[in-house]
Amino acid sequence: MTGLVAALALLAVAPLLFIFGDLIHKGASSIDWNFFVKSPVPAGEAGGGVSNAIVGTIIIVALACVVGMPIGVGTGLFLAEFGNGRLGWSVRFIADVLNGTPSIVVGIFAWTWLVKPVGHFSALAGGAALAILMIPMLARTTEEMVRLVPNSLREAALALGYPRWRTSLTIVVRTAMGGIVTGALVAVARIAGETAPLLFTALGNLNFSTSIREPMQSLSLQIFTYATGPFEEWHRLAWAAALVLMALVLTLSLAARWATRQRYGS
Amino acid sequence: MERPEEAKRPDNALVRIETRRLSALFGRNIAVKETSLFFPTNTVTAIIGPSGCGKSTFLRCLNRMHELSDGGWSTGSVLLDGADIYAAGVDPVAVRRRIGMVFQRPTPFPTMSIFDNVASGLRVGDRAYRKAEIEESVERALRQAALWDEVKDRLHTSAVAISGGQQQRLCIARAVAPRPEVLLLDEPTASLDPAGTQRIEELCHELKRQYTIVIVTHNMQQAARVSDYTAFFYMGELIEIDRTTQLFTKPAKEQTEAYLTGRFG
Repeated sequence: MTGLVAALALLAVAPLLFIFGDLIHKGASSIDWNFFVKSPVPAGEAGGGVSNAIVGTIIIVALACVVGMPIGVGTGLFLAEFGNGRLGWSVRFIADVLNGTPSIVVGIFAWTWLVKPVGHFSALAGGAALAILMIPMLARTTEEMVRLVPNSLREAALALGYPRWRTSLTIVVRTAMGGIVTGALVAVARIAGETAPLLFTALGNLNFSTSIREPMQSLSLQIFTYATGPFEEWHRLAWAAALVLMALVLTLSLAARWATRQRYGS
Repeated sequence: MERPEEAKRPDNALVRIETRRLSALFGRNIAVKETSLFFPTNTVTAIIGPSGCGKSTFLRCLNRMHELSDGGWSTGSVLLDGADIYAAGVDPVAVRRRIGMVFQRPTPFPTMSIFDNVASGLRVGDRAYRKAEIEESVERALRQAALWDEVKDRLHTSAVAISGGQQQRLCIARAVAPRPEVLLLDEPTASLDPAGTQRIEELCHELKRQYTIVIVTHNMQQAARVSDYTAFFYMGELIEIDRTTQLFTKPAKEQTEAYLTGRFG
């Protein structure tokens, strides 16, 4: 029995190992300093890098976090502390539905409201789309983490004369902080790799740009464009970009684990 | 409810807190039936009774914690220094700052140091204390809880790194730091070993010089050891209250005697 379960576990882990193996094999050779600091060169030419994509990913994800984190964590806190009534039930239900909404649908929604009226694609719209994806994720993980705080702690604070709002914001949130940070890092890792919502909002940009009102490139969009393009050079760069993106996700996940270990070690 | 040797409340005795026809309910279930009881200043009153008799619920009415429970509400009044804490317009948060409570399991705030835990009650009050005042109060509270000597060299280390018994004394220090008028102890030694239990019982004798203490306990012998008065509750009703020595040797009611002799529990 143990053998069977162990084999299944190995089977689950195998794809990740294969992916990394493949990426390193096909992409590592293309990674050099130029890769990180140069912008793409005209199609067909050799050389060039993905600096615009790396910077673009950072900017779009940052935009999403600025909006998504306060709303997501705040909603999660509300659901955990005051969400036992009808309103809480409804919010939780909507969050669950949003969590299951395909990201491409969110992208089209963002296009309808943030791109079409304005007349052009933008990083802002991309950030907004990713924020919409981030909020229900964060709300649920934050709620789970805050619920884990034992009620006895809340009671102790209330008995000391802490008003309810202060109990939630200081005692409860501080105790749950490790878990909340972990949830946030995992959410960031998820949206950093999203492609579909950005197809209709940030669109992509072959030039280096930091203007948030203009279209912007991201690593995931870059991979999409290059991998489906006709040039061998592009395919090579796509592998390398994929490796960089996976490395980013891995780093964020490790950071999330590290944050948890620091908090709950005793 | 009268005590046998006092036909009516003595005029010159100070009564810190008393209840008048206090009932506590959960939704439609009556947990505590109309109870009128007074707690003289600087005494320890123990509340004993079998599980589910309403003693913890009664205690939680004294500092308006009961209404925070699901469906919890009460009728009647609780007079703290003569003023009804359930009167219209009274802020329950302000009431809770005047009454300290210690729970069954130690609950230090895990992300705060020992010092910050004890100071937490001071930092939430209406008064803004100066740094020196806070340090003074923390030391005084830790000394009163008989914990100062053990932690004075590590005040700023984590509060959860100390033993269970020490954590409970920390909770007592935290409760007394804001100088409450009344101290409510809800089975404070239930999760401690005998040594820890003994230290806290000794504390009660010391603490009553400054505070009025009401202690709920499952342990009859503990009630006999620490209290001046003992009240016996059964099925939500106050059956009898008397001086501890009197209640344990010559209880007036048959039910009390049955409980004390272990015929039911």
